[in-house]
Amino acid sequence: MRNAFAREITRLAKGDERIVLLAADIGNKLFDDFKLKCPGRFFNCGVAEANMIGMAAGMALSGLRPVCYTIAPFITYRCLEQIRVDVCYHHVPVVLVGTGSGLAYASLGATHHSCEEMGMLRLLPHLAVVAPGDSFEVTAATRAAVGHADPVYIRIGKKDEPVVHASEPPFAIGKAIRVRGGRDVCFLSNGAMLPVVIAAADLLVKEGLSPEIHSFHTVKPLDETTLHDLFPRHRIVATVEEHGIAGGLGGSVAEWLADHPFPNAALLRFGTSGDFWHETGEQEHAREHFGLTAPAIAARVKSALASVP
Amino acid sequence: MSGASPTADLERIAREIRFRLVRMSHAAGTPHLASALSCVDILVAAYWNVLRLDPSKPDDPDRDRFILSKGHAATALYATLAARGFFPETWLDTFARHGSRLAEQPAPGCAPGVELATGSLGHGLPVGLGMALAALIQKRKHRVFVLMSDGECNEGTVWEAALFAPNRQTERLTVIVDYNKWQATGRSDEVMALPSLPKKWEAFGWNACEVDGHDVAALTRAMESLSDDGRPKAIIANTIKGRGISFMQDDNNWHYRVPNAEEVSAAEKELGLK
Repeated sequence: MRNAFAREITRLAKGDERIVLLAADIGNKLFDDFKLKCPGRFFNCGVAEANMIGMAAGMALSGLRPVCYTIAPFITYRCLEQIRVDVCYHHVPVVLVGTGSGLAYASLGATHHSCEEMGMLRLLPHLAVVAPGDSFEVTAATRAAVGHADPVYIRIGKKDEPVVHASEPPFAIGKAIRVRGGRDVCFLSNGAMLPVVIAAADLLVKEGLSPEIHSFHTVKPLDETTLHDLFPRHRIVATVEEHGIAGGLGGSVAEWLADHPFPNAALLRFGTSGDFWHETGEQEHAREHFGLTAPAIAARVKSALASVP
Repeated sequence: MSGASPTADLERIAREIRFRLVRMSHAAGTPHLASALSCVDILVAAYWNVLRLDPSKPDDPDRDRFILSKGHAATALYATLAARGFFPETWLDTFARHGSRLAEQPAPGCAPGVELATGSLGHGLPVGLGMALAALIQKRKHRVFVLMSDGECNEGTVWEAALFAPNRQTERLTVIVDYNKWQATGRSDEVMALPSLPKKWEAFGWNACEVDGHDVAALTRAMESLSDDGRPKAIIANTIKGRGISFMQDDNNWHYRVPNAEEVSAAEKELGLK
């Protein structure tokens, strides 16, 4: 995903001199091509994320389109007030890209995990929160974000995630992408969980069920049109995200449901529990711990389907 | 546009602004009067002698930027901008009232000439640095001035920006520290280890100097003389909190106290305006 971002931002910046890339001492070699093609518009800001966000706001107030990039927890938790005051309060189009989000850096410990940041950021006025499902979506989201009038947070994985789409899908911030139609259960997949959700759906197909899948990349603004469409058509709607079940996509949909009740549909939320992951291991182990694997998701959906009318 | 004004005129303007701040604090019942009085001469030097600005074109992309990072001294900025012709002085009478454009601390785009919403400390320098870098990218020649309080130098972001700027041809960026030796609840040299402030900025790679923060001519010279080696400039302006009114000077009770009618009258007399 990060390579897709680097390629697209380089391509966009070549054609738009307002685009400036700021990174916080990360992405060694990742942006070499950008530096070559857009001299003077790449800033290694050092390990000083709060200053990076403030500088980006100053650039945006001067008419530039700054894009800030570093590891997800550092570009969010570390500088929440700069995002709130410098970027959101001034309502300037700064793009924030958090790489290695969720549990992608599981092995580095919870300092490097981000399972609460979408919840924190979606509360901030004006800021869109987007988690693309594969590298095609990252490319499209990068382009959409740079053209967006409001600030945008894009949450991406690291590298070599499975590619889901055959080509770049039509993409708009706040508009979910339907990956597959179906009847019994509707999956709303957020971010890099998309290939896992597809694998879970394939397991349910083998059980004779018909799952629908959407890449529900945008947590804010919430795609209410799609929610209105799919809740009446499914007995179960399942949100899946590499993020806490509170605050992120599942939390957003639960809040929305409180105002738009659908008595015949149940909401099932897959995500992290709200606690840190204290074990040592890789992303797959962390996902297993939180029930974010295809077999675990399929089994829980199957049993839920058995218990709803 | 700029052009040094006769010192006597500016001295009177500064006294008038000081009295205006006293009246604004009294009328609105707002604190931070001493913090505002502390930086009046810096604002007068900047807005009458240094900044290349046209009050009728507050959005000119080539204008010099002045950021009041110590947002709690907003009255000083508002009164200066009004006196300089950015907006009518009558706006000052509405200060901090419900529905006014002029809040206790500046909101985004609240009035012509206000470059940044401030109030939370430690934001002005990173944003001002971003504006200076933007000018480099856009090949513009304007300068950026950031006025901070000494208490503000407690904030980590100030030193993140201070570490970043000197490597980047940011000689058009100038920081002015209103060093009045007090922060909200104590002597700033005792709350944090602030002494040797000029040496700290020098050590971070800045071209630092120390001036009398109430000497408009000295402030003007310091702000006008930029480095010729790419280094940004830090001006440590030695000031007195509550400057200009004897019973407020260097008395930190006036960080929060609001003057009553008798005190307003006494201030007017002391400032030679009665």
